Amino acid sequence: MAVTGVGTDQRSWWRQNQQWLTPWLFLAPGMAMFAGYVIWPIFQSFWLSFFDWDGLGEKRWLGLSNYSELWGDRAFYTSLKNNVIWLLLYLLAVPAGLAIAIFLNQTVRGIRLYKSLFFFPFVISQVVVGLMFSWFYAPNFGLLYKLTEWLTGTGIAVLADPNLVTYGIIAAGLWPQIAYCMILYLTGLNNVSPDQVEAARLDGAKGLKMLWYVILPQLRPATFIAVVVTVIGALRSFDLVSIMTDGGPFGSSRVLSFYMYEQALSEYGYRMGYGAAIAVVLFLIMMVFISGFIWKMIRDEKEGY
Amino acid sequence: MFHISKRGIAAAAVSALLSTTALAGDLVLNTDTSDPAPKAAFEQLIKDFEAENPDIKVTVNLFDHEGYKTAIRNFLTADAPDLATWYAGNRMAPFVNAGQFEDVSDVWAANGLNDSLKSAAASMTIDGKQWGVPYTYYQWGIYYNKDVYKQVGVTEPKTWDEFIANCAKFKEAGIDCLTTGTKALWPGAGIFDYMNLRTNGYEFHMDLTAGKIEWTDPRVRETFAQWAKLVEPGYITANHAAIDWQDASALLVQGKAANFVMGNFAVDIFKKGGMTNDTLGFMPFPEITPGIPRAEDAPTDTIHIPAGAKNKEDAKKFLAFVARADVQTKMNETLGQLPVNNGATVGDDPFLQSGFKMLSDSYALAQFFDRDAPAEMAKLGMEGFQEFMVVPANLDAILERLEEGRKRIYAQ
Repeated sequence: MAVTGVGTDQRSWWRQNQQWLTPWLFLAPGMAMFAGYVIWPIFQSFWLSFFDWDGLGEKRWLGLSNYSELWGDRAFYTSLKNNVIWLLLYLLAVPAGLAIAIFLNQTVRGIRLYKSLFFFPFVISQVVVGLMFSWFYAPNFGLLYKLTEWLTGTGIAVLADPNLVTYGIIAAGLWPQIAYCMILYLTGLNNVSPDQVEAARLDGAKGLKMLWYVILPQLRPATFIAVVVTVIGALRSFDLVSIMTDGGPFGSSRVLSFYMYEQALSEYGYRMGYGAAIAVVLFLIMMVFISGFIWKMIRDEKEGY
Repeated sequence: MFHISKRGIAAAAVSALLSTTALAGDLVLNTDTSDPAPKAAFEQLIKDFEAENPDIKVTVNLFDHEGYKTAIRNFLTADAPDLATWYAGNRMAPFVNAGQFEDVSDVWAANGLNDSLKSAAASMTIDGKQWGVPYTYYQWGIYYNKDVYKQVGVTEPKTWDEFIANCAKFKEAGIDCLTTGTKALWPGAGIFDYMNLRTNGYEFHMDLTAGKIEWTDPRVRETFAQWAKLVEPGYITANHAAIDWQDASALLVQGKAANFVMGNFAVDIFKKGGMTNDTLGFMPFPEITPGIPRAEDAPTDTIHIPAGAKNKEDAKKFLAFVARADVQTKMNETLGQLPVNNGATVGDDPFLQSGFKMLSDSYALAQFFDRDAPAEMAKLGMEGFQEFMVVPANLDAILERLEEGRKRIYAQ
């Protein structure tokens, strides 16, 4: 009796606890990975940002002086300013994507082909997008250069002009980003309830009013995702800057992520501590947005959207 | 024998596999000589070395240029090869100071290299010791299009004033007097090096790159004042900040530009573009301040033994072999560059010949701005040079920024 009693006890411990234990067991591998490859490196970056280190020799404790150097660093402010410009202009992808999606959301012959053509820029790699736009802007032989030369007499080399260069790169970035937002909205439009549209039409709603009061509220989930991916895409913009200008001319098109890479890992860099300090600042800026998004998602879930 | 890999990390992994199984008599060489001519030169070099030393087998890990600059920092600490190619001057200082390169003064002493490699000895020496062996170098200077010189009716300038006067004529004809492409920044540093070497001389230039002179010094301003004679009237290719040096080469080849301050490696591109020995000219950068001894830029490529090498004995044999006159003659014929050993003979290419003559007569040799100055200062400086060539009015702000950088960077 006593032996079987122990057996039932053991089994019942598992029985009693498996309800809450099982999800954690399934989550464990993912959480371990996340902790090891995301959380831990974040703290390492924080720690590293207090040191002077070239990646080879001894680390030297600096305290906060990497941050005080950032405070007076002109290149840092240029990067920060460019990040803000990126963020604001990149958000244009959301209304532009919506407009194209509404335009394409009709049944005519070959619409699938048109949809795929509009979606095409999102499929090709950012590196290719960067190269194509570099050639488009290229002095002496680029299409835009030739066009402006023909119109005004002097060609505009966008990527050589410190005042225009960031806008030129953002334009290149918008091309695939608009396509991305478009596809999000196209799927959203599929789920718009035809009954409500019908009812609104009977009540006499048309055009912009219909869009604003009937369609857009139903597209809220798509809008939310479009804004999230666009904001994050703007903040981590790196590949286009690297491909098209390398941060130039004289650093005018740098963004924070590129500046971080330049300081920490590029040919003339290897200031790991300073790079880490930039990474920390970028992380904190991103955290503002990310926590906002997460907070909204939790709230929406509670309200049952 | 050659493991070509685009990604540095992949190649480092290969080297890790290879070197852990290396036996005595095996040498592992990591190099970035992945372009056709350097690759062929190294294949030949290793074949000859193995023929002379049948008991030593050399394994080469070939990296691409850009990947190598990152990979070397990983493989020197993680799993060092027995030999690695790199560059002379301040470019090797971080590795020497971190104890990653082996002192090879004994190889220099035993083989009389202090004599035969004399021209490069200074750039290989830190703390009175030598840290590697140079195997090739090349000249910098002005490459020009002889056809457009004829078209405009001017001759090769001997002085700076003549050069500027020529520029005015080129401008009238709608030709860029001086072309460059500074998207990658370093071509602009070549112009600065010569402006400063010719205005203030070698000692001043070396002191400036060593951080001993303020960037706001009136003599530095004089360098930029001379440079402004090219920038302000618009004699330099507009939009140079958005093009690479290869694009600028196209302008020279097409006759849209007259002069190009470049290294000898560009001759290959000029000739592929259709220029010949009859249409492509070479001259030393003209004199600016009269009477200053003429110094030149001549970047040197080198081979080193990492401190963590497993087979240092054979690696030293290899260095002694590379330093030999006959080996350097043969190797540089394939490279299309100049041997460092003064007993070696130079190929009969006219550009090599004139480069060799120019360098032999010169007072002293600088490496190049980004090899003479520490990396961080080099980056800051080259950005400043580019900005000056785009917006010359910003000069004061640029020099103040460089001076702030100098105070911080050299204090470390």
